This record gives sequence, C-alpha cells and structure tokens, in this order.
Amino acid sequence: MTLLEVKDLKTYFDTSKGLYKAVDGTSFDLDYGEALGLVGESGCGKTTCALSITRLLPKEGKIHGGEILFEKTDLVKLNDNEIRARRWKDVSIIFQGSMNALNPVMKVGDQIAEAVVFHEKVSRKEALKRAEELFELVEMPAKRINNYPHEFSGGMKQRAMIAMALACNPKVIIGDEPTTALDVMVQAQILNLLEKLRKELRMGLILITHDLSILAETCDKIAVMYAGKIVEIGTVDDIFMRTGHPYTQRLISCFPNVGKEKILPPAIEGVPPNLLEPIKGCSFYPRCHMGIPICLEIEPESRELGGKHFAACHRSGEVSHE
Amino acid sequence: MSNSNVVDIKDMKVHFDIKRSLSQDIIRKNKIILKAVDGVSFSIGRGEILSLVGESGSGKTTTGKAILQLAPLTEGSVDFLGEEVRQNDKAFMKKFRQEAQMIFQDPYQSLNPRNIVMDIVAEPLDVHGLVKTEAERLERVRQALEQAGMSPVEEYLYRYPHELSGGQRQRVVLASSMILEPTFVVADEPVSMLDASIRTGILRLLLELREKKDLAYLFITHDLSLAWLISDRIAIMYLGKIMEIGKPDLIIHRGIHPYTRALTAIMPQPGVNKRNDRVILPGETPSPIEELKGCKFNTRCPIAKDICKEIEPILEELESGHFVACHFAKEI
Amino acid sequence: MKWILRIKKMKEFGKAVAKNKMALTGAVILGVFILVAIFGPILVPFSTMEFGAVEDMLQPPSGKYLLGTDDMGRDILANLIHGARISLLIGAVATLISMFIGTLVGILAGYFGKGLDNVLMRFTDFFLVIPWLPLMMVLAAILGTSLWNIIFVIGITGWAGTARVVRAQTMSIKERQFVERTVSIGAGNLHIMLRHILPNVFPLVFANTVLVAAVAIVSETTLSFLGLGDPTMASWGMMLHYAFEGGATAAGAYWYYLPPGICVVLVVLSFTLLGYAFDEILNPKLRGR
Repeated sequence: MTLLEVKDLKTYFDTSKGLYKAVDGTSFDLDYGEALGLVGESGCGKTTCALSITRLLPKEGKIHGGEILFEKTDLVKLNDNEIRARRWKDVSIIFQGSMNALNPVMKVGDQIAEAVVFHEKVSRKEALKRAEELFELVEMPAKRINNYPHEFSGGMKQRAMIAMALACNPKVIIGDEPTTALDVMVQAQILNLLEKLRKELRMGLILITHDLSILAETCDKIAVMYAGKIVEIGTVDDIFMRTGHPYTQRLISCFPNVGKEKILPPAIEGVPPNLLEPIKGCSFYPRCHMGIPICLEIEPESRELGGKHFAACHRSGEVSHE
Repeated sequence: MSNSNVVDIKDMKVHFDIKRSLSQDIIRKNKIILKAVDGVSFSIGRGEILSLVGESGSGKTTTGKAILQLAPLTEGSVDFLGEEVRQNDKAFMKKFRQEAQMIFQDPYQSLNPRNIVMDIVAEPLDVHGLVKTEAERLERVRQALEQAGMSPVEEYLYRYPHELSGGQRQRVVLASSMILEPTFVVADEPVSMLDASIRTGILRLLLELREKKDLAYLFITHDLSLAWLISDRIAIMYLGKIMEIGKPDLIIHRGIHPYTRALTAIMPQPGVNKRNDRVILPGETPSPIEELKGCKFNTRCPIAKDICKEIEPILEELESGHFVACHFAKEI
Repeated sequence: MKWILRIKKMKEFGKAVAKNKMALTGAVILGVFILVAIFGPILVPFSTMEFGAVEDMLQPPSGKYLLGTDDMGRDILANLIHGARISLLIGAVATLISMFIGTLVGILAGYFGKGLDNVLMRFTDFFLVIPWLPLMMVLAAILGTSLWNIIFVIGITGWAGTARVVRAQTMSIKERQFVERTVSIGAGNLHIMLRHILPNVFPLVFANTVLVAAVAIVSETTLSFLGLGDPTMASWGMMLHYAFEGGATAAGAYWYYLPPGICVVLVVLSFTLLGYAFDEILNPKLRGR
C-alpha cells in the first residue's frame, strides 16, 4: 500500500484579479520511509502543495480537483474536524520560520506536552515524559525541556519544532524549507537528523526547498515544479544523470559544482508565467533553450522515460546533461 | 600611487558596546562588548575578487561595512588606493564615496519604495553634483541601466521598486552603484535572496563589469561553492577572525584549517551521490559576546589541544598566498 | 512624464477614497462646505455685518429669512455662509502652521537623535501636556484678538502630537537599508531627510493633517465663543458667541444658535472621517492586501 498518493491536485486562489492557479494538476506518491524532494523557484506552487495536503490553505485557497489519498483515505473529502484530528497524527508539517512560532513565555517541554495531550488521551505527566523522549530522539538533552525558547539557539529551536512535529508519531512529515534560515553547518545537522528519523521511524518525508543542491544527499526521489506543475520526477540519479527536462537541466547548472569545471552557467532568461492567465502550450516555452514550434501549441504530457522517471517535455529524450 | 592595492586593511577591529538592561547594570559593572570583527587584515588588488565566507555572526558583513566607514572602527586602519581613510577628511571622503560602493543583500530593502527607478539610479549623480542638465542626467541613467541589462530602458525608468521583480531590483541597485564608475565594490550576499535561475544573470553582470572597468570586489557570502565559482581568493571567517585565506581551489580541495575542512565537508555537490562518510561539525557558533581564550574555534575543533585554549594562533603563510591561523597547520 | 505618474497616483488615491465609505462621506460634507466658502460672496452679495430693521430682529425661519434672523436683524443663513469662509480659512492656515512645525521638529528629532532629540522632545512634551485652552486664552489675550493672531495661536499649540508621530516614523525609516545605501554613496543629512525621510513620512503627515484640522476648527470655535475671536470677522464661533450674549438660548431662538453649532459639528466630523479613512488607505499595513 502506498502511504501517500497525490493525484491531479488542483489548488486555486480566488484573488481580486481572478483565479490564481497555484497548483494545477500535480501528481506524485510517497512510500513508507521514503524521502521526496519538491524543488522549484518562488511562486511555483510547492508550498501550496504542502498546505493542500495538510489542508492548511488560507481562506482564499480552494482545492478544485484531484485526490490526496492517505493510506486510501481521500483527505480532500474530510471535513474540518476530521482533518484536524489527523493533522498531527498522520501528517505533520515544519515551516521555514516555525522556530519563531514557539510561545516565548512557556517552557518548550510544556508546549510539546500540550500538543500531545490535545491529540492523545494521556495525562500531562505522560505527555511530559513523551516530550523528554522526543528531545532525545532529536539529539537534545532531555532536561532541556524545562528551558524557555529564548534559551535555545536557532538550530535547537528547529530541533524542538521537529520534536513537536513528531509528537503524535506521524506517518508523513513535510518540511517546508525547514533549514533555509539556518547556517550551513546547522542546516547539515538538521537535514541529517531528518534523514535518520525517517529511516528509523519509517516515515514518509516531503522536503520542500528552492535549493536543489541539498536534495541530492537527503532524498530518494526529486520532483521539479514549475508554474504549478511537476515538470519532472524521478530518482536522484534520474534527475541529475538522466535529466529529462530543459528546466531541470538549467536549474542543476545554476548550482556551482566544485567537482566540475569552473564555468559560469547560462542564465535562465525571462520570468515564470503569470498564473492568473491561461497558458497555451508548454509553460516553460518562453524561457526554454530547446523550444520548437509544437511547444507553443500543445502542452506536453508527462511521459515515462524508464522506471518511475517522468518528464513533461516534447523533447525529453534529447535533453543532454551538459 | 605607492601601492597597487585597492584596499589594504590592517588589524581591523569593530567592537560594539551592547546596551544593557537595568538589572545587568546593577549586577555587573564591566561593559558587554560584542566583538564583531576582532583583528582582521587583508588586501584586495585591482580587479580582484576576494570572497569573505562565513556563517552568520562571523563578522563578514561588519567587515565590509567597516571598510566603507559604515560601521565604526575600534582599532586598525583602512587604506584605499594607498591612502588612509579618515572620516574627517571631507575632500578625501567625497572621493572615497564615489570610488567605493556597496551592494546590499536584500533588494527589497535597499530601494526607497517612494522613488522611481530613474531617481534611484541618478541619486549618486545628484549627491555629488556630477550632471548639469536634465538631458545629461537621463543619458547617464540610460547608460547605467543598459549596462545592468535593463532594456528597453524606457520601460523601467518611471516604475516604482514594488513594480519590479527581485532580479530587476538588484539590477537597479547595480546600475545605481555603478553609475559613478567605482574602483571597489563591497557586495554583501548580492544573490542570496534571489531565485537560482536569476542568480547567474546577476553574477554574470558582476563579472562583466569587473572585466570592463577593472573593478575590485569584496564578495561577502555564506555559500562556499559560489565563492569558489567567482572569486580569485577566498577568506574564511569565524567569530570575527580570518581562519584561512587562499586561492579557491586550494581552499576547497586542500583546505588546511579544521573549520575550512568542516565547511567543505558539508558542501552539497549536485549530482554526486550520498556521501555517508561526511562529518558534520556538532554544535553551533558561540555568541560573539562570550570571552574566548585562545583559538576562537577551540570549542568546536575536532583536533583542539591544550595550547589552542591558551594561545591564539596567528595567520601564518604556509605557501605563497596561502595563510592559515592554526597551531597545527603544518601537521595537517 | 513625472507628472503623468503623479496624476496616476492621485487617480489611484481618488479611487481608494471613493471605495471607502467613511472617506466618501467625509469628502462630500467637506466638499459642500468648501464650495460654500469659495462661492459664498456670490450667494450672498451683501454685507452681513450691517444691522437690519427693528421689525426683523430675532425672527424665526420664514419664507423671507430661511433660517431666521439674529438679535440685530441680520440674516442667519447669510451669516452662516460667510462664517464658513472664515472658519475654514482659520482651520486651514492654522493646520498648515501646525503641520510644518510638527514635521520639522519630528524629523529633526528622529533623524539626529541623542541630545537634539532630547531637547526637542521635552519641548514637545511641554506643548503636549499643558492644557491647551488656557494657554490659547492667555496667548490670545496677550496678542490681541485679530484673525491672524487666532490662527497663530492655534497653529503653535497643535503641532506636538504630529511631532511625536513623525519622530517615531523617522526613527524607523532611518534604520531602513535604503538610507544606509544612501549614506554609502556619500549623501549628506539634508539630502537624506528631504529625499528619503520626508516622502516616507508624508502619508502619515497627510493623514494627521486632517485630524489636526478638526481640532483647529474646534479651537477656533471655542476661542471665539469665549470672546477671544476677531469681532470684525463673523466666524461660526463668533455667531455662537453673539447668540449666547444676545440671550438666544433664554429666548428659545434655536434658529440662532443651532445652525452654527451644527456646521461646526459637521465639518469636524467630516475631517475626522477623512483622517481615519486616509490612515487606512495610506497605511499599507492596515489596508491588508
């Protein structure tokens, strides 16, 4: 059984200027203990994807179509109370600035215990015990649950947030840029921790980031998003070695690789399309270096390139990696 | 000019006196001092790009600001084109402000939201009274914007910053900084707020300008691989001190200092498969307020010995142009 | 090209005002009074200061005198129309003086900080805490009761609040990165204050102006009512003063004291409505896009 299956998800925002198609037909799946990296530039819909799965969309955002199957239950069809009961137990989310979401006048342990008590029928004492266990799980001394948030450094706060996200043994954990605001060294520590945890606890992990370079070492699969759609999805090797989409190719080359020749990569000219307007043909065509007339007319279907490697490009077979 | 270097800084220290709360005032008498930059020396030659790499709190931004006299020097000196920078020398400062420019990290914050692009780009000209007529002003702005890759220029002249994308804003910042044709630019994380696809365009522009105008840069970044890509030399900073300085390939592939090695070990290499052997330095950078005896890195260093806790190592030349501040530099 | 931009901005602002119910109500009321003030002399082509015939004294509203007459036999409506011009003039000029002082003190204190800030702010606090009515009365009494003295007195007592607000805003703008960037290109203090601080505090000053104007009109009315107004200028305050002195309340001549009172209330209300609405329109945080 697949843990999480997102099928043709469509999430639109109702704005004063019209319907903003933030996510427009996105599909992927996630297995137990698997890590999926969702990468793309700002505005490509990766965060909206995460918010759709956890049903935490702002009031302007609505899921207009598609299914989110969590162990065969469609999360889209659940009502607010049902989803609230599941949010922490089945799917947890860690945000970029979530470490600033800790209540400054409450001990960190109490905040975690509070979350536990809210979701599981346990006493406060048991919940505090659980908080201690969670702290050890995220490699922090258990006695620090008695500290206040300001006594923690940025990295420790993010660890505490991970501990809180793990409080109810979720099966899927979503990290939305969980390390972006942190220093490189702490970033590596947190990513390592997430990797260890998902293997030990057999959780599914969705790592959302704009930084393609960090995904290679932390994820099994990578999905590249552009203009509300996944343009390429496959294993890390598929993405890096057998690239099937010109956007992925250019994105990879944007991150300098010290193991290779020192050349400044070609820039991706132009800007992403305005998602308020209908797009004809391929959404990447205006910025693509491989465009042919058909790209302007027909939107490319996601095609299988072998194994579970898919790319949505008319010339996917011709994309060379270099 | 006696000196071919654009910038020479010697033993620069920038210490800030942290404001205390009343209770702290009562308990202890001595001041709390934040040593943002604590004895840094380096020089940048004409047309050279020196990258200053470090984590937050390493003092890299303060170093850049102090060179441009935007942060007060506690000790040490800055020489610009062979002449010492003195803030009270009005004539010199006027020239200095034209010759040395700064590009800030956040293009959303560094532009006045109520000015239009034309006025933003022309501002340095206005400040220094360099153009006489409106037509001349427009022409200079046009040239600067074109050079920064903002064409057709007419489309942008009368726009406000909020009507531009992040990349376009940073180009406006660049046009404004380059309009006086400086010889030295401090670029403080100029691309870290931008999307990956836009970054290369800005970097390309910075390098192009270096080629054309023989510009020297102090490129401040936390991204070691980016520093490797664009600079002539890299300086690694930790807690207000330079730990190692040398050519990019040397730093990346044959770095000596344990801190440099820790940084290179975690450097992501796209396409290279999982390296399970990588060692991640535990803990976090101590606060720059703490008094640290000996080497600043001794609390986290995997090879620290007793001497490291007592005596601070000095930056020593290991081979030509490669300096390391570590007691065990020769043994590693 | 630049003025096209300004017109575009004005249009956008106009649209925002039209959408905001508070602003629209305020603008309509104020607009009517301003039109009356401008075209008053055309509507009432005779002097309102001359006394009328004895049989016309203190007449209730009728076909001949729409709003009745006062105890000197003068037409109330005509007086009211003339009064609009004087009351609004006093309000406008006094407000300009207040805003100028307030903005200047606020920017200087906020920008330079330290000693100057301390001196200026203590000075401001002084004006903020002393009861303004007695101060104005004393000043008006010393300076004498002329129109310009009234304006001056109101102007120099009403700026303290503005100075405080502008100072706070200046201090926050001063820390913004674009100011640091301007320092790095070698700009002097005057340049930074004029080109970066002022345009950014201006919306705040503008929203504040309207509220200060409301206070200025009330102040004028109060001073005139207490007999410290210019007796040769028939402002609404003076009308109330004469009504009170002429025993209009005792005589039950409601048509005498109600119209100027209502006019003052309406004008103050319109200013207040506009002030809050401008604050909402110009302050992006409140607008919540």
